[in-house]
Amino acid sequence: MRGAGRAVVPTFAALGFLFLLVPIAYTVLFSFNDGGKTNLVWRGFTLDAWRNPCGAPRVCSALVGSLQVGLVSTLLATALGTLLAVGLVRGRFRGRGAVNLLVFLPMATPEVVLGAALLSQLLALRLPLGFGTVVVAHVMFCLSFVVVAVKARVATLDPALEQAAADLYATPWQAFWKVTFPLLLPGIGAAALLAFSLSFDDFIVTNFTSGGFETFPKFVYVSATRGIPPQANVISSAMFVLALLVVVLARVVSRARAAR
Amino acid sequence: MSVLTALARPERTPGPGAGTPPTAARRGHRRLLLPGLVYLVAFFLVPVGTLLATSFYASVPGGELGQYVPALRWQNYTEALAQFWPQLARSFGFAAAATVTTLLVGYPMAYVIAVRARGRPGLQGVLVVLVVAPFFTSFILRTVAWKQILADQGVVVAALRWLHLLPPDGRLTATAAAVVIGLTYAFLPFMVLPLFASLERLDPRLLEAGADLYARPLTVFRRVTLPLSMPGVVAGTLLTFIPAVGDYVTSSLLGDNRTTVMVGQVIDARFFRVLDYPTAAVLSVVLMVSILVLVTLYVRRAGTEELV
Repeated sequence: MRGAGRAVVPTFAALGFLFLLVPIAYTVLFSFNDGGKTNLVWRGFTLDAWRNPCGAPRVCSALVGSLQVGLVSTLLATALGTLLAVGLVRGRFRGRGAVNLLVFLPMATPEVVLGAALLSQLLALRLPLGFGTVVVAHVMFCLSFVVVAVKARVATLDPALEQAAADLYATPWQAFWKVTFPLLLPGIGAAALLAFSLSFDDFIVTNFTSGGFETFPKFVYVSATRGIPPQANVISSAMFVLALLVVVLARVVSRARAAR
Repeated sequence: MSVLTALARPERTPGPGAGTPPTAARRGHRRLLLPGLVYLVAFFLVPVGTLLATSFYASVPGGELGQYVPALRWQNYTEALAQFWPQLARSFGFAAAATVTTLLVGYPMAYVIAVRARGRPGLQGVLVVLVVAPFFTSFILRTVAWKQILADQGVVVAALRWLHLLPPDGRLTATAAAVVIGLTYAFLPFMVLPLFASLERLDPRLLEAGADLYARPLTVFRRVTLPLSMPGVVAGTLLTFIPAVGDYVTSSLLGDNRTTVMVGQVIDARFFRVLDYPTAAVLSVVLMVSILVLVTLYVRRAGTEELV
């Protein structure tokens, strides 16, 4: 009885993992489907879409759009967010609570409101929508996540290290680049990966701020009504494998470092 | 992925005065904040202000479609709410239902990763990667996959009919159930990760102590595990509920055009199809304010001062 009782929780957990993974398996499976342009029902195995991932119209230009937006916004959000995180953890000043709240608020705001707010601002300023406005929007919502991720890392750093650098006549600038930054690097890297994945997969805010500029999620959403070409599944599956490799590599590297 | 666990983990703030840097450095730190703050003010606060202003705009008599002038038209609010309160209420209902199911599905997963797999870093790592794996593929493609999985001819519907959980002609396509399943799926990782983070910090000796004092497993769970995992429960429910209320990808792909429309879809349609910016702005403002009020009340009641 006790043995059986112990199996209940893992059984439910296994069902949960299954629930989480079935749609991914489905997406990967249908990248091999001989389903033609709509890819709705299984019609047999083929490598056609993998041989020709740009075979469907616009799919690769949308991918390039997403990669460009992702890279530029990750770079900007990570730089701004790291500075904010260091300043927030290390600084003791009046208004710190207000700054914390300002950083937290975009995370507590649904994306549709962020999108609507940015769009009404852009309409009011009569600015043309496109690549630039998408980047501005993505940096805005990635920023808070970067701050939270880097803050966790800064909080584990001993401030005495920076003080030691200052005592050894390092300027604040030198202390930051030679001491703080290298120690924060793993956290910053993780935050950058998070920002990239948030930006790359964003649909709602992008939809509000992009005008005619197309990203990969937008392409998939728009084609969902007619049927998504298997090439989209190929791209998504390839990204999945790539991301898994990055995670495995990061683990191997960090374990090798720990062993040294 | 340490990012997400770090994200969900309430930060430990060092005590006051702990390693307070000298004044010059302090001023330097304030300078570090400037670029990010300017950015957030310019591209978050100011736009929210504009959104608020837009919600009061009036249309120009005899003007073109999408042409509005600044005004203080309070009727925008009464009109928008009279017309769209069902979609608003539905969004909160769907999000609440999805948050509950996410918690029910996610808790055993987090428990197994944190407690049962304790001391086996390899297994733990693999399970955490499985939880974040959905982030590595396209969200919209996965939602479309659900549309196919829940289709009338699919295995899921057949199984539910066989179990008499669905009537013989019952379906999941374009139903509220499909939308809640989709929302549950979409935000499950955001529930599991903070739960895992807080269960991981649970001292296993407390569980043993409970058992030693003759508490049954269920009692140990109710009296020890659950209360100690409350920070994770609060963080997870917020990370699920807030984005779920505003989400409209799930309801537009898995739902039906009349009976499952959520407020996000209305905002999108008002902006892009009808060019009715004031109504879209009213609904956005109402959504944001109600969420802030609900979250504040909830966090006060659930009482984890580490958050917010």
